Amino acid sequence: MYRGQSGQWSWLLHRITGLAILLFLLVHIVDITLLGFGPTIYNDAIAIFSTGIIRLVSTALIAALLYHSFNGIRIILIDFWPSGYKYQQQMFYIVLAASIIGFIPMAFYILAPIFGVCPAGACNTPAM
Amino acid sequence: MTTNIAERQAQRPVPSAANVTSYGTTRRPGPGSSGWETFSWYFFRVSGVGLVFLALIHVFIMHVSTDVSQTVYDFVAARYANPFWRVYDLLLLTLALFHGLNGVRIVCDDYIRSRGWRLTVQSVLFFIAITFWLMGMLTVITFHKNENLAQTVGALLHTFIR
Repeated sequence: MYRGQSGQWSWLLHRITGLAILLFLLVHIVDITLLGFGPTIYNDAIAIFSTGIIRLVSTALIAALLYHSFNGIRIILIDFWPSGYKYQQQMFYIVLAASIIGFIPMAFYILAPIFGVCPAGACNTPAM
Repeated sequence: MTTNIAERQAQRPVPSAANVTSYGTTRRPGPGSSGWETFSWYFFRVSGVGLVFLALIHVFIMHVSTDVSQTVYDFVAARYANPFWRVYDLLLLTLALFHGLNGVRIVCDDYIRSRGWRLTVQSVLFFIAITFWLMGMLTVITFHKNENLAQTVGALLHTFIR
């Protein structure tokens, strides 16, 4: 850590969220590979993603994805927009705000089925 | 102490592979420089812009417009009937995997100083990249509804044995 300013926090968060997303991606490639083993094996295996606990994990993943996406755009703007560096702190707060605004409705859609509410039509939440 | 500037400069540590990051000692990557690290630097940003759209739309389709519990085998089969979604997923897989593992490489180079360990870690990352990429590519390209691996391998063996 370096002096604990917002620039350092944005950097650390970018790393942690990036590593978390990659970890999920590797798991996700393995579960997608099960498609090749036919419908029974695939459907049995991916039912785990609909359980309450994995819905919570997915919600955290989406928070990470939103932050990493928006902060990535901020990094690109700092690199390519000549006066971007002057606004890096303001842009960091915009990144946080955009992440939270995007996160709330998505979290609602993913977590509501735990309570039997299906905002996207059909849904179910099997027990572990 | 009467050390002059020339002497002090001579005492400065010489940059070596052990005390630099993957960005090198002389020049940071970025517009105007060239080489592997610059390619990596551009790849991060270009793939990143693509991934913002690819990944967020993917998550929206799989978790918001349809509940995740409904994204079952038949749902995938219906999507993969259209080659657009296969190309979409191949692009997402390739960009995300190499963007992510390149990120791990940069992180490792920040903490691992010895040349041998760096090479080891990079070899492992390369192996992971190729293995997972092939797994994903094969699945997305060869997916055929209600045809499973046992059947495919069986049919293949049958043609060989015959």
